[in-house]
Amino acid sequence: MKSINDRSQNIGSFVSQADDTIIICRCEEITKGEIRQAIHDGMFTVNEIRRYLRAGMGLCQGQTCGKLVKNLIARELCVIPDQLDPATSRSPMRPVEMKVLGNEEVTHV
Amino acid sequence: MSKHTDVIIIGAGIIGNATAYYLARKGLSVTVLEASKDIGIGGSSRNGGGVRQSGRDTRELPLAMWGIKNLWPGLSEELGVDVEYTQKGNLRLGKTEAHQKILQGLTDKAVACGLDVRMINGDEIRAINPYLSDEVTCASWCPTDGHANPLTATLGYYKKARELGVRFITEAPCFELRKIKGVIRQVVTPDAIYEADKVLVAAGFDSRKILATVGIDVPMMPLKMECLVTEAEPPMFLQMLGTADADFYGHQSKHGSFVFGGSSGFEHLNKDNGSPISSSIGASCTCRGIIKYFPALADAKIVRAWAGWLDDCADHVPVISPVAEVPGLYIACAFSGHGFGIAPAVGYNVAEMIADGHSTIDLSALRYDRFQPKQ
Repeated sequence: MKSINDRSQNIGSFVSQADDTIIICRCEEITKGEIRQAIHDGMFTVNEIRRYLRAGMGLCQGQTCGKLVKNLIARELCVIPDQLDPATSRSPMRPVEMKVLGNEEVTHV
Repeated sequence: MSKHTDVIIIGAGIIGNATAYYLARKGLSVTVLEASKDIGIGGSSRNGGGVRQSGRDTRELPLAMWGIKNLWPGLSEELGVDVEYTQKGNLRLGKTEAHQKILQGLTDKAVACGLDVRMINGDEIRAINPYLSDEVTCASWCPTDGHANPLTATLGYYKKARELGVRFITEAPCFELRKIKGVIRQVVTPDAIYEADKVLVAAGFDSRKILATVGIDVPMMPLKMECLVTEAEPPMFLQMLGTADADFYGHQSKHGSFVFGGSSGFEHLNKDNGSPISSSIGASCTCRGIIKYFPALADAKIVRAWAGWLDDCADHVPVISPVAEVPGLYIACAFSGHGFGIAPAVGYNVAEMIADGHSTIDLSALRYDRFQPKQ
């Protein structure tokens, strides 16, 4: 199986595609072209793309675009998507107000 | 594929990446070995983004001041990545007389080193940041401090170093350092043995077991800390914030979200399951602390919480040093939770130390052999 560990491997140069302007991460409005360019900048993992571009860091936390980003990386690097880890899932599951998350009071019904 | 370069750096965090970049700029060939799958997976991408001088130990203050003067202002342009450097000052907040004493002590020491920092009262604080509650009665104010984005800064150094020909290998944990004829020569990983004339160990708290293979020890322990981030909010303030107790810190990012770090008091008792996982009490506790300082943020929504390890040194100051017993070996670790702000300066000066044998900033106070038992 091809390894993505050597970050200097030749993946060819960036060639723009007709649909590069479509939005992949809706929360942060990151396009397919921006993600493909980031891969050519050396971002070979979903975590790195997320940190570099904010794709998957918005309100839905990548629940919508996570798989799309993974598939884009796999295609650009010519590896199978299963070879790539998904981005780390973080609590909370849904956005929560500070006053709710920080509430210590227990009400017994 | 040649396994020999002028320098091998162990650890692709911001220290390793920045050093690799400055070495490559000097024309040296560099290999960076990273144990995990991701570049910058440790403290480099888990910290709160402070770029401050105030509140620092006087041994590392010269690095902080030099970096803020010479490297941070032009870094986005140099790397071709927006590192979101914002220089709008740092407020270190206090609520009690004990806090006032701590802040005054830190301020006096920093002033003695030539830093523009002073104590201000509650009214002056709220003139700078009107969102702070009346509970805040004193603060140290350093107008030349600020913050930046740790994610893009760490990956920006990686991107630029890679462009200059630095080889980065992930999933290449170092098992052993080997000397040949009395000098450092080999770095052993599961898949290959890499060779270089100089080796820098910059692997956070993992540096300890790597250095142990050549009989060197840095007294540091992993310490878990937790952070959280809110959804994007309208622009409120631009300062970096901290507290006298160092129990809470944060800023509003360029994106609009607030990034806050905080402690629950149980960090040193954390269950070590081998992974920095957020505790069930950490984010809640930090939220309560934030609301006391910023009542206006009570309705801000938390979208994400995470944890990371500090490489906490015995005296909470980094080790940045050549190793006398192993010629050619260098150490940059034990940053104790405040390495991000000084990372560009560390990378620049360590690159000088490795390539030229001396650095712009005198780093002798940060040697690995400074630790003494109590008398």
